Amino acid sequence: MELHLILLFMICASVAAVESKDLISGVITLSAAGLGLSLAFLILKAPNLAITQLVVEILYVIILIRAIINKDLVLIKDGRWLFNTISTFLFIGSFLIFAFFALKELPNFGQPIMKVAGEYLKSGLGQTGSANIVTAITLNFRSLDTLVETAILFTAIIGVLAIIRKVGKIYDPEKGKR
Amino acid sequence: MSNEKGMSLIVKTVTRLTFGLIIIYGIYIVLRGHISPGGGFAGGVIITLSFILLMLAFGKDNVLKKLNQSRCLTFSSLGALIFLFIATAGFINKQKAVGGKEHFAIFGAGLIPLCDIAVSVMVGTGLFLMFFALVLLVEEKEGK
Repeated sequence: MELHLILLFMICASVAAVESKDLISGVITLSAAGLGLSLAFLILKAPNLAITQLVVEILYVIILIRAIINKDLVLIKDGRWLFNTISTFLFIGSFLIFAFFALKELPNFGQPIMKVAGEYLKSGLGQTGSANIVTAITLNFRSLDTLVETAILFTAIIGVLAIIRKVGKIYDPEKGKR
Repeated sequence: MSNEKGMSLIVKTVTRLTFGLIIIYGIYIVLRGHISPGGGFAGGVIITLSFILLMLAFGKDNVLKKLNQSRCLTFSSLGALIFLFIATAGFINKQKAVGGKEHFAIFGAGLIPLCDIAVSVMVGTGLFLMFFALVLLVEEKEGK
Protein backbone atom coordinates (compact mmCIF):
# COMPACT_ATOMS: atom_id res chain seq x y z
CA MET A 1 0.00 0.00 0.00
CA GLU A 2 2.72 2.48 1.02
CA LEU A 3 4.77 1.33 -1.93
CA HIS A 4 1.96 2.16 -4.35
CA LEU A 5 1.50 5.59 -2.78
CA ILE A 6 5.22 6.30 -3.11
CA LEU A 7 5.26 5.10 -6.72
CA LEU A 8 2.32 7.39 -7.52
CA PHE A 9 4.15 10.27 -5.83
CA MET A 10 7.28 9.55 -7.87
CA ILE A 11 5.30 9.51 -11.12
CA CYS A 12 3.67 12.85 -10.26
CA ALA A 13 7.04 14.36 -9.32
CA SER A 14 8.67 13.15 -12.55
CA VAL A 15 5.87 14.59 -14.68
CA ALA A 16 6.13 17.88 -12.79
CA ALA A 17 9.90 17.90 -13.28
CA VAL A 18 9.52 17.46 -17.01
CA GLU A 19 6.71 19.99 -17.37
CA SER A 20 8.07 22.78 -15.16
CA LYS A 21 9.17 25.96 -16.93
CA ASP A 22 11.86 26.94 -14.44
CA LEU A 23 15.08 24.89 -14.33
CA ILE A 24 15.60 25.11 -10.58
CA SER A 25 12.05 24.02 -9.75
CA GLY A 26 12.59 21.11 -12.15
CA VAL A 27 15.71 20.07 -10.23
CA ILE A 28 13.89 20.30 -6.90
CA THR A 29 10.94 18.19 -8.09
CA LEU A 30 13.39 15.67 -9.53
CA SER A 31 15.10 15.44 -6.13
CA ALA A 32 11.65 14.77 -4.62
CA ALA A 33 11.28 11.83 -7.02
CA GLY A 34 14.70 10.52 -5.95
CA LEU A 35 13.74 10.83 -2.29
CA GLY A 36 10.65 8.73 -3.05
CA LEU A 37 12.89 6.10 -4.65
CA SER A 38 15.01 6.03 -1.50
CA LEU A 39 11.89 5.53 0.63
CA ALA A 40 10.74 2.76 -1.72
CA PHE A 41 14.07 0.95 -1.21
CA LEU A 42 13.57 1.33 2.53
CA ILE A 43 10.10 -0.23 2.35
CA LEU A 44 11.39 -3.09 0.19
CA LYS A 45 13.89 -3.85 3.03
CA ALA A 46 17.10 -2.79 1.32
CA PRO A 47 18.53 -0.21 3.75
CA ASN A 48 22.03 -0.35 2.27
CA LEU A 49 20.73 0.66 -1.14
CA ALA A 50 18.47 3.31 0.39
CA ILE A 51 21.45 5.01 2.06
CA THR A 52 23.44 4.93 -1.19
CA GLN A 53 20.49 6.35 -3.11
CA LEU A 54 20.06 9.15 -0.57
CA VAL A 55 23.73 10.14 -0.69
CA VAL A 56 23.90 10.08 -4.49
CA GLU A 57 20.68 12.08 -4.53
CA ILE A 58 22.17 14.82 -2.36
CA LEU A 59 25.35 14.89 -4.45
CA TYR A 60 23.63 15.29 -7.77
CA VAL A 61 21.20 17.89 -6.50
CA ILE A 62 24.20 19.94 -5.34
CA ILE A 63 25.95 19.46 -8.69
CA LEU A 64 22.85 20.35 -10.71
CA ILE A 65 22.04 23.44 -8.68
CA ARG A 66 25.66 24.56 -8.84
CA ALA A 67 25.57 24.08 -12.59
CA ILE A 68 22.30 25.96 -13.02
CA ILE A 69 23.05 28.98 -10.86
CA ASN A 70 25.91 30.76 -12.53
CA LYS A 71 25.57 33.88 -10.49
CA ASP A 72 26.85 34.11 -6.96
CA LEU A 73 24.35 33.27 -4.27
CA VAL A 74 23.05 36.28 -2.36
CA LEU A 75 23.49 35.76 1.36
CA ILE A 76 21.11 37.52 3.69
CA LYS A 77 23.08 38.34 6.81
CA ASP A 78 21.19 40.96 8.74
CA GLY A 79 17.96 40.77 10.70
CA ARG A 80 17.33 37.04 11.20
CA TRP A 81 20.22 36.05 13.49
CA LEU A 82 18.00 35.49 16.56
CA PHE A 83 15.65 33.16 14.66
CA ASN A 84 18.58 31.34 13.04
CA THR A 85 20.39 30.78 16.34
CA ILE A 86 17.28 29.56 18.14
CA SER A 87 16.32 27.16 15.36
CA THR A 88 19.87 25.79 15.17
CA PHE A 89 19.95 25.08 18.90
CA LEU A 90 16.48 23.52 18.72
CA PHE A 91 17.55 21.15 15.94
CA ILE A 92 20.77 20.18 17.73
CA GLY A 93 18.88 19.60 20.97
CA SER A 94 16.18 17.43 19.37
CA PHE A 95 18.84 15.47 17.49
CA LEU A 96 20.75 14.79 20.72
CA ILE A 97 17.56 13.66 22.52
CA PHE A 98 16.56 11.28 19.74
CA ALA A 99 20.14 9.98 19.45
CA PHE A 100 20.18 9.28 23.19
CA PHE A 101 17.12 7.03 22.91
CA ALA A 102 18.28 5.41 19.65
CA LEU A 103 21.79 4.61 20.84
CA LYS A 104 20.42 2.77 23.88
CA GLU A 105 19.02 0.09 21.59
CA LEU A 106 22.36 -0.70 19.93
CA PRO A 107 24.33 -3.74 21.13
CA ASN A 108 27.20 -3.16 23.53
CA PHE A 109 30.68 -2.49 22.28
CA GLY A 110 32.58 -5.72 21.68
CA GLN A 111 29.46 -7.89 21.68
CA PRO A 112 28.05 -7.72 18.14
CA ILE A 113 24.99 -9.60 16.95
CA MET A 114 26.41 -12.60 15.11
CA LYS A 115 23.25 -13.73 13.32
CA VAL A 116 24.49 -13.61 9.73
CA ALA A 117 28.22 -13.33 10.32
CA GLY A 118 28.25 -16.43 12.49
CA GLU A 119 26.67 -18.45 9.71
CA TYR A 120 29.29 -17.21 7.25
CA LEU A 121 32.13 -17.99 9.65
CA LYS A 122 30.77 -21.47 10.28
CA SER A 123 30.12 -22.58 6.72
CA GLY A 124 32.38 -20.29 4.69
CA LEU A 125 35.32 -22.63 4.19
CA GLY A 126 33.20 -25.68 3.52
CA GLN A 127 30.86 -24.06 1.03
CA THR A 128 33.28 -21.97 -0.97
CA GLY A 129 36.69 -23.59 -0.43
CA SER A 130 38.25 -20.20 0.25
CA ALA A 131 40.37 -19.85 3.36
CA ASN A 132 40.20 -16.05 3.27
CA ILE A 133 36.72 -15.34 4.61
CA VAL A 134 36.59 -11.79 3.20
CA THR A 135 37.13 -13.07 -0.34
CA ALA A 136 34.59 -15.81 0.29
CA ILE A 137 31.99 -13.18 1.18
CA THR A 138 32.82 -10.61 -1.50
CA LEU A 139 33.23 -13.02 -4.40
CA ASN A 140 30.87 -15.84 -3.51
CA PHE A 141 28.13 -14.94 -1.02
CA ARG A 142 27.90 -11.32 -2.17
CA SER A 143 29.20 -11.74 -5.70
CA LEU A 144 26.47 -9.74 -7.40
CA ASP A 145 27.34 -6.80 -5.15
CA THR A 146 30.96 -6.94 -6.36
CA LEU A 147 29.74 -7.22 -9.95
CA VAL A 148 27.71 -4.04 -9.69
CA GLU A 149 30.59 -2.25 -7.92
CA THR A 150 32.87 -3.15 -10.80
CA ALA A 151 30.24 -1.88 -13.22
CA ILE A 152 30.11 1.43 -11.31
CA LEU A 153 33.90 1.82 -11.51
CA PHE A 154 33.84 0.99 -15.23
CA THR A 155 31.08 3.52 -15.88
CA ALA A 156 33.01 6.19 -13.96
CA ILE A 157 36.11 5.59 -16.06
CA ILE A 158 34.12 5.73 -19.31
CA GLY A 159 32.51 8.99 -18.14
CA VAL A 160 35.85 10.59 -17.25
CA LEU A 161 37.32 9.59 -20.60
CA ALA A 162 34.27 10.95 -22.39
CA ILE A 163 34.51 14.32 -20.64
CA ILE A 164 38.30 14.78 -20.86
CA ARG A 165 39.11 13.89 -24.44
CA LYS A 166 41.04 15.61 -27.14
CA VAL A 167 38.86 15.14 -30.20
CA GLY A 168 35.17 15.89 -30.06
CA LYS A 169 32.31 17.62 -31.76
CA ILE A 170 32.14 21.34 -31.06
CA TYR A 171 28.79 22.94 -31.68
CA ASP A 172 29.04 26.07 -33.77
CA PRO A 173 25.73 27.88 -34.28
CA GLU A 174 26.80 29.59 -37.49
CA LYS A 175 28.20 26.64 -39.38
CA GLY A 176 26.15 23.93 -37.72
CA LYS A 177 27.85 20.83 -36.32
CA ARG A 178 31.42 20.13 -37.28
CA MET B 1 65.95 4.86 -24.32
CA SER B 2 67.09 8.45 -24.15
CA ASN B 3 68.80 9.65 -21.00
CA GLU B 4 67.43 13.19 -20.96
CA LYS B 5 63.84 12.32 -20.13
CA GLY B 6 62.64 11.22 -16.73
CA MET B 7 64.48 11.32 -13.43
CA SER B 8 68.14 10.82 -12.49
CA LEU B 9 70.30 7.74 -13.04
CA ILE B 10 69.81 6.42 -9.51
CA VAL B 11 66.03 6.40 -9.82
CA LYS B 12 66.22 4.74 -13.23
CA THR B 13 68.50 1.96 -11.99
CA VAL B 14 66.38 1.24 -8.92
CA THR B 15 63.22 1.24 -11.06
CA ARG B 16 64.78 -1.18 -13.52
CA LEU B 17 65.66 -3.53 -10.65
CA THR B 18 62.35 -3.39 -8.81
CA PHE B 19 59.88 -3.23 -11.71
CA GLY B 20 59.70 -6.99 -12.30
CA LEU B 21 59.56 -7.73 -8.59
CA ILE B 22 56.57 -5.41 -8.11
CA ILE B 23 54.70 -7.05 -11.00
CA ILE B 24 55.42 -10.53 -9.61
CA TYR B 25 54.19 -9.42 -6.19
CA GLY B 26 50.98 -8.10 -7.75
CA ILE B 27 50.35 -11.38 -9.56
CA TYR B 28 51.02 -13.25 -6.31
CA ILE B 29 48.48 -11.09 -4.48
CA VAL B 30 45.91 -11.71 -7.22
CA LEU B 31 46.37 -15.47 -7.43
CA ARG B 32 46.41 -16.07 -3.67
CA GLY B 33 43.44 -13.79 -2.97
CA HIS B 34 41.38 -16.66 -1.58
CA ILE B 35 44.11 -17.99 0.72
CA SER B 36 45.87 -14.94 2.14
CA PRO B 37 44.70 -11.34 2.47
CA GLY B 38 44.53 -9.43 -0.78
CA GLY B 39 42.49 -10.09 -3.84
CA GLY B 40 41.76 -8.80 -7.28
CA PHE B 41 41.39 -5.13 -6.45
CA ALA B 42 44.62 -4.79 -4.44
CA GLY B 43 46.65 -6.86 -6.89
CA GLY B 44 45.42 -4.92 -9.90
CA VAL B 45 46.31 -1.64 -8.21
CA ILE B 46 49.83 -2.94 -7.42
CA ILE B 47 50.40 -3.90 -11.07
CA THR B 48 49.14 -0.50 -12.20
CA LEU B 49 51.42 1.25 -9.70
CA SER B 50 54.43 -0.51 -11.19
CA PHE B 51 53.57 0.91 -14.60
CA ILE B 52 53.04 4.37 -13.10
CA LEU B 53 56.47 4.08 -11.42
CA LEU B 54 57.97 3.21 -14.79
CA MET B 55 56.26 6.23 -16.32
CA LEU B 56 57.52 8.55 -13.59
CA ALA B 57 61.08 7.33 -13.88
CA PHE B 58 61.52 7.03 -17.63
CA GLY B 59 59.08 9.61 -18.99
CA LYS B 60 55.70 8.86 -20.45
CA ASP B 61 56.68 8.05 -24.01
CA ASN B 62 58.33 4.72 -23.24
CA VAL B 63 55.27 3.38 -21.46
CA LEU B 64 52.69 4.81 -23.83
CA LYS B 65 54.38 3.03 -26.74
CA LYS B 66 53.38 -0.31 -25.24
CA LEU B 67 50.24 0.57 -23.29
CA ASN B 68 48.32 3.32 -25.01
CA GLN B 69 44.79 4.48 -24.34
CA SER B 70 42.85 2.31 -26.75
CA ARG B 71 44.67 -0.85 -25.67
CA CYS B 72 43.95 -0.03 -22.02
CA LEU B 73 40.29 0.50 -22.83
CA THR B 74 40.16 -2.85 -24.62
CA PHE B 75 41.69 -4.67 -21.64
CA SER B 76 39.38 -2.92 -19.19
CA SER B 77 36.27 -3.81 -21.19
CA LEU B 78 37.54 -7.39 -21.56
CA GLY B 79 37.99 -7.72 -17.80
CA ALA B 80 34.50 -6.38 -17.10
CA LEU B 81 32.96 -8.71 -19.69
CA ILE B 82 34.82 -11.75 -18.32
CA PHE B 83 33.63 -10.96 -14.80
CA LEU B 84 30.06 -10.55 -16.02
CA PHE B 85 30.28 -13.88 -17.86
CA ILE B 86 31.69 -15.69 -14.80
CA ALA B 87 29.04 -14.22 -12.52
CA THR B 88 26.27 -15.25 -14.91
CA ALA B 89 27.73 -18.74 -15.28
CA GLY B 90 27.90 -19.17 -11.50
CA PHE B 91 24.34 -17.94 -11.23
CA ILE B 92 23.09 -20.53 -13.74
CA ASN B 93 25.16 -23.54 -12.64
CA LYS B 94 25.38 -23.35 -8.87
CA GLN B 95 27.19 -26.66 -8.37
CA LYS B 96 30.29 -25.60 -10.32
CA ALA B 97 30.67 -22.39 -8.35
CA VAL B 98 31.26 -24.29 -5.11
CA GLY B 99 34.88 -25.14 -4.40
CA GLY B 100 36.46 -28.58 -4.24
CA LYS B 101 37.80 -30.42 -1.25
CA GLU B 102 41.38 -29.23 -1.66
CA HIS B 103 41.30 -26.13 0.49
CA PHE B 104 44.67 -24.38 0.21
CA ALA B 105 45.43 -24.92 -3.47
CA ILE B 106 45.48 -22.04 -5.94
CA PHE B 107 42.63 -23.41 -8.06
CA GLY B 108 40.79 -25.06 -5.22
CA ALA B 109 38.04 -22.55 -4.63
CA GLY B 110 35.71 -22.86 -7.59
CA LEU B 111 35.18 -19.64 -9.50
CA ILE B 112 36.82 -17.30 -6.97
CA PRO B 113 40.35 -17.18 -8.54
CA LEU B 114 38.90 -16.58 -11.99
CA CYS B 115 36.78 -13.73 -10.60
CA ASP B 116 39.91 -12.33 -8.93
CA ILE B 117 41.85 -12.35 -12.20
CA ALA B 118 39.02 -10.65 -14.09
CA VAL B 119 38.61 -7.98 -11.39
CA SER B 120 42.37 -7.34 -11.34
CA VAL B 121 42.53 -6.85 -15.13
CA MET B 122 39.53 -4.53 -15.08
CA VAL B 123 40.57 -2.48 -12.04
CA GLY B 124 44.24 -2.27 -13.01
CA THR B 125 43.78 -1.02 -16.55
CA GLY B 126 40.83 1.11 -15.47
CA LEU B 127 42.84 2.94 -12.82
CA PHE B 128 45.69 3.37 -15.30
CA LEU B 129 43.16 4.96 -17.66
CA MET B 130 41.98 7.21 -14.83
CA PHE B 131 45.59 8.31 -14.17
CA PHE B 132 46.01 8.81 -17.90
CA ALA B 133 42.90 10.96 -18.19
CA LEU B 134 43.37 13.02 -15.04
CA VAL B 135 47.13 13.68 -15.26
CA LEU B 136 48.41 13.40 -18.80
CA LEU B 137 45.49 14.87 -20.75
CA VAL B 138 45.16 17.80 -18.33
CA GLU B 139 48.91 18.48 -18.65
CA GLU B 140 48.59 18.46 -22.43
CA LYS B 141 45.70 20.92 -22.30
CA GLU B 142 47.61 23.26 -20.00
CA GLY B 143 50.68 23.06 -22.18
CA LYS B 144 48.86 24.31 -25.25
